[in-house]
Amino acid sequence: MSGLSRGSVAIVAAAESELGQVAPGTTPVDLMAQATRRALDACGLALSDIDGVFTNASQLRMPTLSLCDYLGLQPRYQDGTGIGGSSFMTHVQHAMLAIEHGLCEVALIAYGSTQRSVSRAAASPREFNPYETPYQPFLPASAYALAASRHMHQFGTTREHLAAVAVAARQWALMNPVAWEKEPLTLDQVLGARMVSYPLTVRDCCLVTDGGGAIILTSAARAKTLRCKPAFVLGVGECLSHASISTMPDLTVSGAARSGAIAYAMAGLSAREVDTAQVYDAFTINTILFLEDLGFCPKGEGGRFVAGGSIAPGGSLPVNTSGGGLSYCHPGMYGLLVLIEAVRQIQGDAGARQVAGCDVALAHGNGGVLSSQVTVLLGSGATV
Amino acid sequence: MDDLRTASPNATYAAHCARGELAYQVDTSTGAAVFYPRVIAPGTGAALEWRISKGLGTVHATTVVHTKGQPPHNVALIDLDEGFRMMSRVEGIDPMAVRIGMRVRVRMHPGEPPYPVFDLEQGA
Repeated sequence: MSGLSRGSVAIVAAAESELGQVAPGTTPVDLMAQATRRALDACGLALSDIDGVFTNASQLRMPTLSLCDYLGLQPRYQDGTGIGGSSFMTHVQHAMLAIEHGLCEVALIAYGSTQRSVSRAAASPREFNPYETPYQPFLPASAYALAASRHMHQFGTTREHLAAVAVAARQWALMNPVAWEKEPLTLDQVLGARMVSYPLTVRDCCLVTDGGGAIILTSAARAKTLRCKPAFVLGVGECLSHASISTMPDLTVSGAARSGAIAYAMAGLSAREVDTAQVYDAFTINTILFLEDLGFCPKGEGGRFVAGGSIAPGGSLPVNTSGGGLSYCHPGMYGLLVLIEAVRQIQGDAGARQVAGCDVALAHGNGGVLSSQVTVLLGSGATV
Repeated sequence: MDDLRTASPNATYAAHCARGELAYQVDTSTGAAVFYPRVIAPGTGAALEWRISKGLGTVHATTVVHTKGQPPHNVALIDLDEGFRMMSRVEGIDPMAVRIGMRVRVRMHPGEPPYPVFDLEQGA
């Protein structure tokens, strides 16, 4: 149905730039370039091999122009699609399409942000909306809080359930040497933290960090000639359901239900075959919604599912093993970092947090206020 | 359809607010209520007609926003009885006391332009 061929392309390298807090004057494109160099070194390709460039960044008006200028590339194909944090999952789909059709052979997807250094307000100014702005929602947090209020009302989800997501993310982050957060976090600390937009405290909300990353895709045939272990793209699906939270069709069902179904159908897989799920946790309610919508537990059961420790280290489903946007890093459009961790898990390169025998990894991106949902399923060589 | 040389959907909406009216639109092909105001109907592309809401609705979702240096304030999604949803706030009670399912009635909050807020519906 998607028109794309399962396993036709692979991610051959994935690298972060410096994360957290970078030196004064560092630009988003500096971070993209640093991550690109690291990704090229990991797979043995040269900068001049890149003939497709995909990027988006809230601090750049014309992001592919800025990145291509900096890298000295005149690629055969480029795409700056911007749908918030899920942009990069969509770039995977578009790169796959371009590679399958011969529009490019080696695709770079890059991201960079200095939102901690320059402030969130400067890095991603909000559009004026005459039907929302007068009410002073603290966006995006208040939009996710509204969704959480519905989930709590309809399904009996509690603040403790939400807090369990943050605690699990922190446990994973303590196993990731480059995670921003370095100290343990308890349920009571989450519940007692400064309230941002009820029911979400600051510990239910993602970090505000600098950071970036790069991934490199190429055809499955070329991937097999490189020194990196490929992460084959088995399935991709996307769903754009709304822009403002006021027009979200159902506050308790995200577009992940549709994007996941499309990706699973393309991959010929179900949630049961997924070894690790990396889902965009901008807020604790995200993880609960996405685990439900992507088929890991029934609708409405997400809170009770996470409360049992099932997504923490040692649980039945390793989720957000990097520590996630909640505890690892969140430069504003975190989706590329979600993909990077999924690739690492497939490549067996995740250190102390490596999921044993990881053959299928799900990377799920979220953009806007639950607005855009894009699911990517990656597989090891054993899956193709 | 609004003539965009003379009146935008938002200007028409704001003019209604200034008269104390909460205006919304209906899709002339389906009768479905539409909010926020637009030039054509979402999904069908049909023409839209303006209507005035009776101003009665139900709280669909609610949050309390904590901003440094300000008292906490309510932000809610309200389902109007005519079948459209909008962001607003419930005034007159502790923002933490706003509950999903509460019946509310619109009132124009003074401003430039005025904008709709909601109070608890008495006797509800």
